[in-house]
Amino acid sequence: MRFERREHRPLALVLLTPVMAIVAALALSGILIAIAGAPVLEAYWRILTGAFGSRLSTTETLTRATPLMLTGLAAAVAFRARLWNIGAEGQLYLGAIAVAAASSHLLGGLPAAIQIPALLAIGALAGMLLLLVPLWLRLRFSVDEVVTTLLLNFVAVLFVSMLIDTVLKDPTAFGWPQSQSVADAAMLPKLLARSRLHIGLGLAVVLAFILQFVQQRTVFGLRSRAAGLNPAGAVFAGVPLGRTLVVVACISGGLAGLAGAVEVMGVKGYVTTDLSPGYGYSGIVVAMLANLNPLGVVLAALFTATMFVGADGMSRAMHIPSYIADVTVALSLLTMLTAIFFTQYRIRR
Amino acid sequence: MSAVLDILASAGLWAAVLRIATPLILGTLGALLCERSGVLNLGIEGIMTFGAMIGWLSVYNGADLWTGFLIAALAGGLFGALHALLTVTLGLSQHVSGLGVTLFASSFSYYVFRLAVPVAGSPPTIVPFKPIAIPGLSDLPFIGPAFFVQTPPTYLAILLALLLAYVVFRTPLGLAIRMTGENPHAAEAQGINPMAVRYGAVIAGSALMGMAGAFLTLSAFNSFFPTMVQGRGWICIALVVFSSWRPGRALVGALLFAFFDGFQLRLQTTLGGAVPYQLFLMIPYILSIAALAVMARRARVPQALMQPYRRGER
Repeated sequence: MRFERREHRPLALVLLTPVMAIVAALALSGILIAIAGAPVLEAYWRILTGAFGSRLSTTETLTRATPLMLTGLAAAVAFRARLWNIGAEGQLYLGAIAVAAASSHLLGGLPAAIQIPALLAIGALAGMLLLLVPLWLRLRFSVDEVVTTLLLNFVAVLFVSMLIDTVLKDPTAFGWPQSQSVADAAMLPKLLARSRLHIGLGLAVVLAFILQFVQQRTVFGLRSRAAGLNPAGAVFAGVPLGRTLVVVACISGGLAGLAGAVEVMGVKGYVTTDLSPGYGYSGIVVAMLANLNPLGVVLAALFTATMFVGADGMSRAMHIPSYIADVTVALSLLTMLTAIFFTQYRIRR
Repeated sequence: MSAVLDILASAGLWAAVLRIATPLILGTLGALLCERSGVLNLGIEGIMTFGAMIGWLSVYNGADLWTGFLIAALAGGLFGALHALLTVTLGLSQHVSGLGVTLFASSFSYYVFRLAVPVAGSPPTIVPFKPIAIPGLSDLPFIGPAFFVQTPPTYLAILLALLLAYVVFRTPLGLAIRMTGENPHAAEAQGINPMAVRYGAVIAGSALMGMAGAFLTLSAFNSFFPTMVQGRGWICIALVVFSSWRPGRALVGALLFAFFDGFQLRLQTTLGGAVPYQLFLMIPYILSIAALAVMARRARVPQALMQPYRRGER
């Protein structure tokens, strides 16, 4: 048995890839649900109704999907240029704490129309700066950025933990390590009344469209793809590799920082060290499920949010650990990788 | 200053160094073995988590400590086989596959743990490995209690480092592994099957990672809790670069690293209050990044690292 590269890839096959991958992942985690002694189909039905069964759960799922879209875009943009940014989690936390610090100490008095854009920019900037460190190490010392971005996640969370324990600590939080709250004028307007859904969702979707355009229709998009496909060839063709990667890193880190800013300004209002249940890492899965396509990221983030929100309700009702959502999402990354392979190769005897 | 000297002069510090180093030694050796054959294994963080969980769970359910240790190694090997299937047979991106294995192995660990152990106020515990004093050597002043009163897996880890150094540099098998990592086409021309070598190295390396995890729950602590691996796997990946892909230096690197970690832990209690404790906790991660920056250019990377091998394809 051997693998042979396909001459061309049928469009239908490419579009079906994520669907097949998700079905395979659901089937595999179905085995785990069955081992736990619960009826599998009922469990999945409960996940679906838990995520979309009511107005409250639907808005909750969309709220959950918002940071996932942003971290998913962050990973997609970077991976396209083979910049392995696995540090979205740390960039998210740094963006979040930058926003909390700026609003509670500096810009709190400004009206919302000025304060909100300023804070979003500050959050994005914080994420950017954190990614530029590993990029600099890669360009200057040829250090693989996978490990450095991963290690910086721990440093960033510890840094945030230190700040909310000391200078940014909220004195009214009964001793809990929690940052001071952002000003009321910094909170993002709601999309729907009586829900947590905020305009961050719109922002994420608009950014996905912009990135789709940038990647498909601009010189920078072409250069970043070339840098990913063949760095040596790209340099030979006149692509300024270092400069392209710096811009890619700014966009990617900025998006991850924005995810943190949006989560603070749209939902929480303050920062704790459990602000993100691994949004940065799930963003990698989201990006891969979308095959690194920005518009696909929106859909993949919805799937991931559905699993997380739906599994919460399902686990309470059926006594299945809610970690089943993390298992399914992780499995869908592995099945997606395998599925992408089979769109590129066929099996020959 | 005298506080620093007091810390350095305490046998407790040096005993702790070996204890802290053990999972790093085992994990670094595992990652090193994979990379010597040309496969980067970022599954390490998740495989360590799973090894910690399954080793603990086996002992909790009545297995003896060594059986738990062995089960963790076997489970690590299974995840290694999964990583090899994705990266060797299918030739997928080693970065993304490894991260996928880590995400899957760690969430799967938490799922199994929650399923097997109901939520309780305090986590259930087991009786971990007891330190064994080496007769004769442990009676030496200072050096004895510092280095020769350790739990058995620590001695095992040091022996494995020496064994791996011997296998990699002094045996035909080691030559085959190194050749596959440098140039799989040349290896195949010599009658070596690069696919088989990579499978073997990744499975064996991942088994070592599983043991590294099991040390945490069976010797260093006595219970399992989520996120207990705390980035140790990523530190091991950095230590492989630091060691320049040599098992002997990996042992030294892990010990050096553990020394700084043990030192900062004690410094924390001495300086406690004056400096936020989080600054101390950052040290291991920042140290790893610094080590990478210093060594990345100097280290000789296996030339075929991260390149999938497909027969008849260039």
